[in-house]
Amino acid sequence: EEIHMPETSPPPQPSCASVDLQGDSSLQVEISDAVSERDKVKFTVQTKSCLPHFAQTEFSVVRQHEEFIWLHDAYVENEEYAGLIIPPAPPRPDFEASREKLQKLGEGDSSVTREEFAKMKQELEAEYLAIFKKTVAMHEVFLQRLAAHPTLRRDHNFFVFLEYGQDLSVRGKNRKELLGGFLRNIVKSADEALITGMSGLKEVDDFFEHERTFLLEYHTRIRDACLRADRVMRAHKCLADDYIPISAALSSLGTQEVNQLRTSFLKLAELFERLRKLEGRVASDEDLKLSDMLRYYMRDSQAAKDLLYRRLRALADYENANKALDKARTRNREVRPAESHQQLCCQRFERLSDSAKQELMDFKSRRVSSFRKNLIELAELELKHAKASTLILRNTLVALKGEP
Amino acid sequence: MAAEREPPPLGDGKPTDFEDLEDGEDLFTSTVSTLESSPSSPEPASLPAEDISANSNGPKPAEVVLDDDREDLFAEATEEVSLDSPEREPILSSEPSPAVTPVTPTTLIAPRIESKSMSAPVIFDRSREEIEEAANGDIFDIEIGVSDPEKVGDGMNAYMAYRVTTKTSLSMFSKSEFSVKRRFSDFLGLHSKLASKYLHVGYIVPPAPEKSIVGMTKVKVGKEDSSSTEFVEKRRAALERYLQRTVKHPTLLQDPDLRQFLESSELPRAVNTQALSGAGILRMVNKAADAVNKMTIKMNESDAWFEEKQQQFENLDQQLRKLHVSVEALVCHRKELSANTAAFAKSAAMLGNSEDHTALSRALSQLAEVEEKIDQLHQEQAFADFYMFSELLSDYIRLIAAVKGVFDHRMKCWQKWEDAQITLLKKREAEAKMMVANKPDKIQQAKNEIREWEAKVQQGERDFEQISKTIRKEVGRFEKERVKDFKTVIIKYLESLVQTQQQLIKYWEAFLPEAKAIA
Repeated sequence: EEIHMPETSPPPQPSCASVDLQGDSSLQVEISDAVSERDKVKFTVQTKSCLPHFAQTEFSVVRQHEEFIWLHDAYVENEEYAGLIIPPAPPRPDFEASREKLQKLGEGDSSVTREEFAKMKQELEAEYLAIFKKTVAMHEVFLQRLAAHPTLRRDHNFFVFLEYGQDLSVRGKNRKELLGGFLRNIVKSADEALITGMSGLKEVDDFFEHERTFLLEYHTRIRDACLRADRVMRAHKCLADDYIPISAALSSLGTQEVNQLRTSFLKLAELFERLRKLEGRVASDEDLKLSDMLRYYMRDSQAAKDLLYRRLRALADYENANKALDKARTRNREVRPAESHQQLCCQRFERLSDSAKQELMDFKSRRVSSFRKNLIELAELELKHAKASTLILRNTLVALKGEP
Repeated sequence: MAAEREPPPLGDGKPTDFEDLEDGEDLFTSTVSTLESSPSSPEPASLPAEDISANSNGPKPAEVVLDDDREDLFAEATEEVSLDSPEREPILSSEPSPAVTPVTPTTLIAPRIESKSMSAPVIFDRSREEIEEAANGDIFDIEIGVSDPEKVGDGMNAYMAYRVTTKTSLSMFSKSEFSVKRRFSDFLGLHSKLASKYLHVGYIVPPAPEKSIVGMTKVKVGKEDSSSTEFVEKRRAALERYLQRTVKHPTLLQDPDLRQFLESSELPRAVNTQALSGAGILRMVNKAADAVNKMTIKMNESDAWFEEKQQQFENLDQQLRKLHVSVEALVCHRKELSANTAAFAKSAAMLGNSEDHTALSRALSQLAEVEEKIDQLHQEQAFADFYMFSELLSDYIRLIAAVKGVFDHRMKCWQKWEDAQITLLKKREAEAKMMVANKPDKIQQAKNEIREWEAKVQQGERDFEQISKTIRKEVGRFEKERVKDFKTVIIKYLESLVQTQQQLIKYWEAFLPEAKAIA
């Protein structure tokens, strides 16, 4: 039941994040190995760094998904990073569906031939492996974005995460997480009101006004696009799987025939087997280059929206502080604390606005270059597969037409 | 019980022995007897003479002989055809082959001709087929199209009328191109008539498309949605294939009912084809009875060929059914893929609209367009999946059922022969008893009965041998057709797949520069 990711160097960079690590060797993080056990995945996080903070230049630790979440939450809750886009947390590894399918296959369907069974098993195992590779990539890109960000990479919790040899004992946090989640949702709806402008807060900056409207709409639409891309990919996979029983039936027909149809059927059986593999590749490429990319930017745009919330809350705080100061001045009571509070809020708001602006611009350029890369690769792969399909189809046609 | 009794030997009772006999003699008796047993009554034909003159029909009749046709009498012989029957003429003059000299029938068969219950087509078929085989090849110059479905009437009495267009150079038809309007029950009526004439003597009559109460009700009620248009199209295509298969059959092509169907502007309504009619129910009951009978007939198969073939068809049936189920799943999933692609295209367009980076926005809109076109492609491919691949399989599943039916008729024929022999034996025993009891009048009666049953036994044997011969030929023809049919359709289907891939290449090649243009 253990699936080890082969220790090759370095694991393929997930293309969705377009993290540029060129020339920054002061902190390199990667997931060098991963093991899937019954209900958890253990990631081996390897760090190479010449930073003085670390005891060694090269070291690794084993982490589980919950520890990644702990790290993400630590960043989110940290006031220092309020003005930054916190890289979205990796999704929980989910092999449930894949495992169920494998189990159902094992329970057996007597109408399926041994060959068909072997192929279906192969397909499901490949699917399982693909999900596994994806979850590794998602966890890795999270860490790599942190390592690449000039501010975030210096976080103490990050160092602990990378270096501390023992368990981070965050699993007991489950109940707290649940509660936290519940509270977070309540806060979220308040945020939604803020960001959708229902709170009556007046936005002073055109740039942010534009970003707000843009991100709101963009996030909804990219989420939609992601869901639908998923459905396309699954339908494609379904189609590819359909070729298995077709190929098997054609094979049986061919072996039974005594006339010229024998070779025709057998060739057709072979053709469908090869088409199946090609269709499968089309499906998986659509998954990686389109679905996954859309999913990543759905999460990233949510993180950007979160940044906007934080800024707006800071603005709200600032406005409230202004009002409090005015009130204090009219009553002429506790003016000094009101003044200093107002100043703090103002500074905080301005700090957040400045850094948010930069972050949002980075988000845009990251997004554009990632889409560009993935769309180009998608088109190139689609072309490659279509050409390969055409070739094998044509070859089969030549063979069939050539017969008496 | 004398159930196991072998048929009286002719040589050693195998059909192959026919070759040893006088061609003409055997031909006549078996042919004529078959004629007598058929229920319909087209004009009697003159039978080919036993005197077979030099072959003026062209060379090499044996060219088209298949393995299964080894026992075909006609392989070695050519026959003259009498011009006595008016129906003959058009057939002959339509042939490009040299004229056939008329030959008067001999007295050997004269008495038989009197019986008006002959089925001329059987003979026509042999000569014609043989003429065609002589001329080497399929010269069925006839093309049928079924088109323009039109709703006639309203409500539950409404029906669909289809235009049946025939294009042909065969001179058995009065024109070279003509069309008529027919409704679905007309097709069923045609099939019913052909089946009743030809199935029980061993001809594989192509089955008509299936009835669908649900499908048709939707159309009647006037639901103009895509599912009823699809239903009508599916039916139209099926009717076309049905007619094309029927006219490809050399024997059926000459049937007057078929000709009337294709040519006459008015056709008497076939009422007994209604799904829940009395006749329909009777048919169902008969079918059930048949099935039971089949199980109780233990035929002593003296010819391994029949057993082999039956097994082959049984296997073929199973495999085709399996394949058909898988292809239906493919069609379904491709339609799903198409729908999902269309949905994605829309959301990609929306995303493109939201995107505030101009070049990326444009690229996303282009992506949406590409995906929309790809959705169209998937739809067309699903169409091809269905009409070429899936329908071919379902047609052949039903054709094989007809083949099995023909084998069953042979068994029933054998049973009839068997029963006649048993009765003859009883009659002989009865006669012996009468002899002992010395009752002269009863003895005479017994002798009469014996003569009657001897004739029936002979007839039974001839019928059996005839149907066996016909089946061998039919199976040969059927297999030949099947190979051709499958190969043609498979090639067409693969070409549709190639077409789809080429379009994909076109679309993605157009998109690539757009993606690269994102700056």
